[in-house]
Amino acid sequence: MLALLLIFFPLLAALGTLFLQRNNAKMYAMISSLIQLGITVYIFSVYLIGDVSLLATDVPWVPNLGINLKFGMDGISILLVALTNILTPLIILSSFRNNYANPNAFYGLILLMQFALLGVFTALDGFLFYVFWELALIPIWFICLLWGGGDRVRITLKFFIYTLSGSLLMLIALIFIYLQTPAPHNFSIDALYQASLTAEMQGYLFWCFFIAFAIKIPIFPFHTWQPDTYTDAPAQGSMLLSGIMLKMGVYGIIRWMLPILPEGIAEWGNVVMILCLISIIYASCIAIVQKDFKRLIAYSSIAHVGLITAGVFTLNIQGLQGSMVQMLAHGVNVIGLFFIADIIQRRMKTRDMNKLGGLAHNSPLFTILFLIVLLGSVALPLTNGFVGEFLLLTGIYSYNAWIAAGCGLTVILGAVYMLRAYQKVMLGELHEKSVEFTGLAKSEKIVLIVVAFLIIAGGIYPKPILSIAQPALEEIVLNLKGNL
Amino acid sequence: MKALILISVLGVIAMMADVFRYKKYLVPIIVAGLGAALISVIMDWDTGIRYFNDTAYFDNYALAFIGAILSITLLWMFLGQEYFKNSNSNGEHAALILFALAGAVVMISFSDLTLFFIGLEILSISLYVLAASDKLNLKSNEAGLKYFLMGAFATGFLLFGIALIYGATGTFNLNGIHDALAKGANSPMIVKAGVLFILVGLLFKVSAAPFHFWAPDVYEGSPTLITMFMATVVKIAAFAAFYRLFSTCFISLADTWIPVVAGLSAITMLVGNIMAVFQSSFKRMLAYSSIAHAGYMMMAIAAMNEISAGSIFLYALAYSVGSLGAFACLHALSKNGDESISSFNGLWKRQPIVAIFLTLIMFSLAGIPPVAGFFAKYYLFYGALSSGLTWLVLIAILSSLIGVYYYFRVIFATFREDSSSEAELPVLLPRHYILLAITALVSLGMGLFPAWFQSLIS
Repeated sequence: MLALLLIFFPLLAALGTLFLQRNNAKMYAMISSLIQLGITVYIFSVYLIGDVSLLATDVPWVPNLGINLKFGMDGISILLVALTNILTPLIILSSFRNNYANPNAFYGLILLMQFALLGVFTALDGFLFYVFWELALIPIWFICLLWGGGDRVRITLKFFIYTLSGSLLMLIALIFIYLQTPAPHNFSIDALYQASLTAEMQGYLFWCFFIAFAIKIPIFPFHTWQPDTYTDAPAQGSMLLSGIMLKMGVYGIIRWMLPILPEGIAEWGNVVMILCLISIIYASCIAIVQKDFKRLIAYSSIAHVGLITAGVFTLNIQGLQGSMVQMLAHGVNVIGLFFIADIIQRRMKTRDMNKLGGLAHNSPLFTILFLIVLLGSVALPLTNGFVGEFLLLTGIYSYNAWIAAGCGLTVILGAVYMLRAYQKVMLGELHEKSVEFTGLAKSEKIVLIVVAFLIIAGGIYPKPILSIAQPALEEIVLNLKGNL
Repeated sequence: MKALILISVLGVIAMMADVFRYKKYLVPIIVAGLGAALISVIMDWDTGIRYFNDTAYFDNYALAFIGAILSITLLWMFLGQEYFKNSNSNGEHAALILFALAGAVVMISFSDLTLFFIGLEILSISLYVLAASDKLNLKSNEAGLKYFLMGAFATGFLLFGIALIYGATGTFNLNGIHDALAKGANSPMIVKAGVLFILVGLLFKVSAAPFHFWAPDVYEGSPTLITMFMATVVKIAAFAAFYRLFSTCFISLADTWIPVVAGLSAITMLVGNIMAVFQSSFKRMLAYSSIAHAGYMMMAIAAMNEISAGSIFLYALAYSVGSLGAFACLHALSKNGDESISSFNGLWKRQPIVAIFLTLIMFSLAGIPPVAGFFAKYYLFYGALSSGLTWLVLIAILSSLIGVYYYFRVIFATFREDSSSEAELPVLLPRHYILLAITALVSLGMGLFPAWFQSLIS
């Protein structure tokens, strides 16, 4: 029951926005996301005590097809649930200075998005996972369409069709696996794990799944929707997309691909490694020459998630641990970065880094917080980014030293584009317009301070994250070894 | 059976409304009569009686489809009543609609090829007249004539096919034909030719490619309310008959016709969806989309396994409910004869609730979860995959993606901010709101609880 409460509370809250006065929407969304955070803390404590059965649910939905409302949480799920529920209030709070038209719809969609994301991270039924996976697309698509900028009709359509085509491939693969499960067919994860699949089938299924996940993450060459969408989405949309939604793809690989298709992964894993390597280097190089700060963050995000995905496909415990930690770290950092871009844009009316400069003169607090977020993003020791990247590179090294060497470039190139951006925006000559850059508002301070705190806390004491994820990841690795 | 009698009697009552001057009570009478027919269908559930020396068979399959077309017609009446009131000769129009409905019921419940033919003709002839019922509109006349000529042609094929089958097997009865064919008919070529001729006739009725050319013109030219009726009730009935015929008596010849149906299903989906992309008229777009949906439903017939019947039912229902909603929106918003997609521009700003309903309906037609269309498509894909038609599913997915493009154009128009037509606000009547709300919520409900609808037939 607890799992149902956790998942469906945001849905109820989202429906509640239909009946609100429009000037209450912000506070309403904030309060409901804080209540949700409270529920999460409670569930976390239940999990830590070890009573996992309380968090599992299994109710029939479409019984004649073996589809159940089956939810459950292990270490991987609960960390991503925590990420979602910590970031959502921050995202909502970050919008307090923006005055969006139709605030009810805006906040309703954010809460709906939270619902869908939680469903993705906790569903233990293949079909249910698919439904939530698709459901997550709809609110974010509306957020980008209705409150985005630029050429949003074209961009959002591209985004939608791109992700939908991947998802439909995944749907076919899921039905196919379902038909191979022992009779009576069932979509539950245990049944899918038992499906008898030949190596050849697994090869095809691998690509059906991988393309769906790779589009969402995104991995080169499936990334072309991403920079435009991230750039033209409203700030909160970019945060949802990059902070939480892309983790759906990585999570999908860990939860569904690794256990179901071990032979497919053995066959094609090295190709994916190469694709990840290309993603990292290609996106980093493009990020270096960007003028638009938000677009730079978009490309840096491709580079980071390329590394995360490479970590998953090392199939060893360090690599997987690194991916988990880095998923959480990247979520926090990228939200910070997008919020900083939003703060700058709202005041300076531009994101072109050549037109900015010298913002550090008038706003010392903003300067320090920006620096912390930036250092987290370039993985300086004692920030959360370092822990993840260190584990990832260790894992990749034991997979293949050459690939590790290539992936290691991310550290250098990341520092290049991030520090360059910082220099152009914050340092240098005081630009004439920069004089108007005033200090931070209260809500902005809170968001950035929480983000900075999470970055440093994660860097100094990452052990809880590692120990929560450890058993679940070990099981997956053992399964993989047993199947090969 | 009671439903059929009730509908026919209602038709006669409607015809006499002009003579005996009770026109103003006609709509309530029809609604009450259809409601009674629906109740009688529910009461007949699980009886499975054969009538008239086994020419009509009211099993649960037939009853479910009859229930569906009766419910759709009742929903249609929300707007349809206006059609009866506006025209000068409303009694005739109401009668024609009811006779078409009676024909549809016969077509669904037949168990004998003669009755099938009679049902099809009752349905078709009523529709030819209805398509041309906007007498002063040239396009409506064109639609009627086109529909009639092409329809007559297809009927010829169908009749020829029935004659060949009769010649080979010596019976019109479905079970008789099945037994004769299972034993091995005397002249297999005649049988095969007969099956293919019947197939052509049916494919014309469901507007499958390459027999679809009449559909866009007829749909566009006919009065919107008649198009609504054609796109929903007629399509359901045609598919119910299609499946009934091919799943019972021609099942032993499956090797002959399944490749044809599967191939044409793929072509129909692609043609319908690709042509829809290029339409600027919403009505014409829906016409092409209805061709594409026919292609999806043919997937289930090509799959021909134990879930085919249920999946056709669910899909036909999801599609009809969605189409009702879409046409209702069109009817509400295109008062000045402007049926282009741009008449939805800025709907979100003016009528946010209508915009949300329209979005749900478009999602359902495009097959996005968790709305009805998604589950309906899911069942089709699942059925086709379990029959080994993987290539067909891949084409279906490709064409669904094309479908997303044009359905989303409507949504984009709805949420567009610059609204040039802001000055002229079409007035939405309460019945538009109610119909939209019902269709949107039913679509959502069917998406959340698909098992119940699908298990009606299994």
